[in-house]
Amino acid sequence: MANVTRMELFSGVHLTAVHTKKFKSSLIGVELLTPIRAETASANALVPMVLRRGTKRCPDMESLSTALDDLYGGWIEPAVRKKGETQCIGFTGSFLDDAYTMDGSQILEPAAMLFGELLLHPAQAGEGFVPAYVEGERGNLIDRIRAQINEKRQYALNRVTAEMCSGEPFGVDKLGSEAQAAALDGRALWDRYQALLSQAAIEIYFCGSAAPERVKKAFLSALEGLPKTEARFQPSPCTQKAASVPPKLVEEALDVTQGKLTMGLRTDGITVQDPEYPALALCTAVFGGTTTSKLFLNVRERLSLCYYASAQLEKLKGVMLVSSGVEFDKVEEAKAEILAQLEHCKRGQIEDWELEGARRSLVSTLYTTLDSQSRLEDYWLAQIVAGLAETPEALAARIEGVTKEQVIAAAQRLSLDTVYFLKGKED
Amino acid sequence: MANMVSKEYARLGERLWHGQLENGLHIYVDEKRQFQKCYAFFATCYGGMDMRFQLDGAWHDTPAGVAHFLEHKMFDTQDGNALQDLAQNGASPNAFTSSAITGYYFESTEKFYENLKILLSFVSIPWFTQESVDKEQGIIGQEIQMIEDDPSHQVFYAMLDGLYDHHPLKVSVAGTRESISHITADTLYACHKAFYNPSNMVLCVAGDVDPERIYALAKEILTQAPNGKIERDYGAPEMPTAVHSGKTLSMEVSTPIFQLGFKADPASKGPSRLRQELVSELACEVLMGASSPLYARLYSEGLINKSFGSGYEAYPACALFLACGESRDPEAVRDAVLAEAERLGREGVDDAFFQRQKKAIYGNRVRQLNSFEFVCIGLAQSHFDGVDMLDFPAVFDTIHAEDVTACIRTIFTPQRASLAVVRPKGEM
Repeated sequence: MANVTRMELFSGVHLTAVHTKKFKSSLIGVELLTPIRAETASANALVPMVLRRGTKRCPDMESLSTALDDLYGGWIEPAVRKKGETQCIGFTGSFLDDAYTMDGSQILEPAAMLFGELLLHPAQAGEGFVPAYVEGERGNLIDRIRAQINEKRQYALNRVTAEMCSGEPFGVDKLGSEAQAAALDGRALWDRYQALLSQAAIEIYFCGSAAPERVKKAFLSALEGLPKTEARFQPSPCTQKAASVPPKLVEEALDVTQGKLTMGLRTDGITVQDPEYPALALCTAVFGGTTTSKLFLNVRERLSLCYYASAQLEKLKGVMLVSSGVEFDKVEEAKAEILAQLEHCKRGQIEDWELEGARRSLVSTLYTTLDSQSRLEDYWLAQIVAGLAETPEALAARIEGVTKEQVIAAAQRLSLDTVYFLKGKED
Repeated sequence: MANMVSKEYARLGERLWHGQLENGLHIYVDEKRQFQKCYAFFATCYGGMDMRFQLDGAWHDTPAGVAHFLEHKMFDTQDGNALQDLAQNGASPNAFTSSAITGYYFESTEKFYENLKILLSFVSIPWFTQESVDKEQGIIGQEIQMIEDDPSHQVFYAMLDGLYDHHPLKVSVAGTRESISHITADTLYACHKAFYNPSNMVLCVAGDVDPERIYALAKEILTQAPNGKIERDYGAPEMPTAVHSGKTLSMEVSTPIFQLGFKADPASKGPSRLRQELVSELACEVLMGASSPLYARLYSEGLINKSFGSGYEAYPACALFLACGESRDPEAVRDAVLAEAERLGREGVDDAFFQRQKKAIYGNRVRQLNSFEFVCIGLAQSHFDGVDMLDFPAVFDTIHAEDVTACIRTIFTPQRASLAVVRPKGEM
């Protein structure tokens, strides 16, 4: 796509600019990329939350709100994501596009300055963060980590990932752990913040009507205070491991009324960086990615073994996750049927309508990514971590060309690694 | 011959096409170039409040919940179910019923015209059997039971009950299990005949589409003759003041939740309605929005938390402001809102603060136009209200701090307020 430009601002600091006039708003992201590790994940996650509390110029929430209202009601929120084995922390925000202000004033430059202030000039007490902000946000982070167990569907996916990849960076949660979070103090957090500023790769993202050169200029000026260094992090391909033989089985009992069965499969090293990726993506959609998939139509609709059953791909890592909600006494039957459906894929028992339904759904999802500023930002962040420049349209075109044989070949590379079952407590 | 005529909104960068079929159906197409997806919204000016109306010269009284019930049953077709037909074409369809309108919609990146044909067909061709109506009674009965267990539903309708004496806004859109037990296939056919007539409907589309082709397609499928304006009865005009000052319920909640309502004056149909809406939105932000001094004070005193929200809503023959959230002391929140309103009414609004709020609301309104769903639902709603939704920049220019102060002074008084609270069980 001709309208995506990538350029270097400083060594290890890049801008990805999507130049388009189709939206009324611009979307801006400032992300710090760093390897995900158990020791630092919680501290990294906490940094943007504390930074968002106040800057030197706007030292509290109220003055930050005022600054944002002045920019036509823009918003900036802290963001923490995991892309493969890279932790991405920072801010994303949305602002009215300059073309639509009431008085012709420009928003991009002051918005960029505000991002720069949030990143580089926090409200301080002496040589560190404001203690009340650290206390408050550490409490919020711990609450968020604890609350993960409330959302059982996602919790079971987190658990299967942690079990399957224990010892691998991918097994670390994006928020780290409660113990790590609880142990953080202002001093440690300030040190982590300084380390991130000088070591993390920094990715600026912009999507809007401003020309890339203007965006570059705005951020060169906004990020002027950034330490200049040649030694910023560069994401590398994720570590690969063979699937456990026999598969690892994990059970956990909690106070739930519906069981959650999740499975982790290895893709034999196929990731978004490989030529086989479009076939694997289509294979995932046929198996469990849509409402016309094998898992949905057979395990859920025909046999009523699950309340839901679906499959998704961790495309940077090369892991497929299956997620389902089951009655406790139907778990063995459901597991057998899910694996039977996978066997059908491997043996090539795929109807044309199944393949085409999955293909239409996947292509449509990629095209609508272009219509959503936030989804497009997330797409490009993953591409950057993977070191890829392929646009959603180009990927859609490759998916159009995938044959049934290629889907079958991709299916045959999948191996079950870990099964996690969340059951109820017996009383 | 051109059936669709376009109008450009330069300040918003929008081009809107409009046309009307001979049977009365209005068609709007918001041109969205370069987008991959298309969105279509087909709506009738018929909602939960339209229970008493005139059809073929006679007044009809229908049970609460018919509009919502009808929405559920419309997806049934003689050959099966329209939801599945649309899903097979890669479209994501859905529908909703509010107090004033019922709308059906889908989004798709492929086969748009084919999908539009399905949408227009299933909404305009009723297909009910007594058997399927009986079955639906069970399904909707469960849905009603679920929302009746929901404290936020209870507290909302308790607040409306405090504001209104008889206006049907206070009746739950889904009805009750008792009221829907009186619905028969004949009720549904009669209401469909009255309200699902092209002259009472609107079609709104957003996307990179051909407006003339949409016009031709609607003309081909919607062949009913117009049945003219449907008279509805919402009862005598309400008093400007609240019926009573509030009510406390007891349910399974961990912290008390509240709905604070202020009865506003009904907005008349036509362009003045948009101005009233914008003034009201501004009044709400100035008084208790997230950047207001009142919000900051209540938040730091621990009287409200992030769940606090406020807004303005207008319906046929009624309008209101509301503020809701969790609080350990909802009465203190109400008293603080009233005191701040009294102060603003007396001292006026700080001008810099007012200008900032104006910019923020303006910016949000423009940014919302990114959403096809927002645009299409908004176009339908404003069509029924006799308003040009995209006209707001010009109206905004004419709004001054005094307009907002006057609104606050008039509406936010103890006489117009009603506070509903749900407290944890055993705490009363």
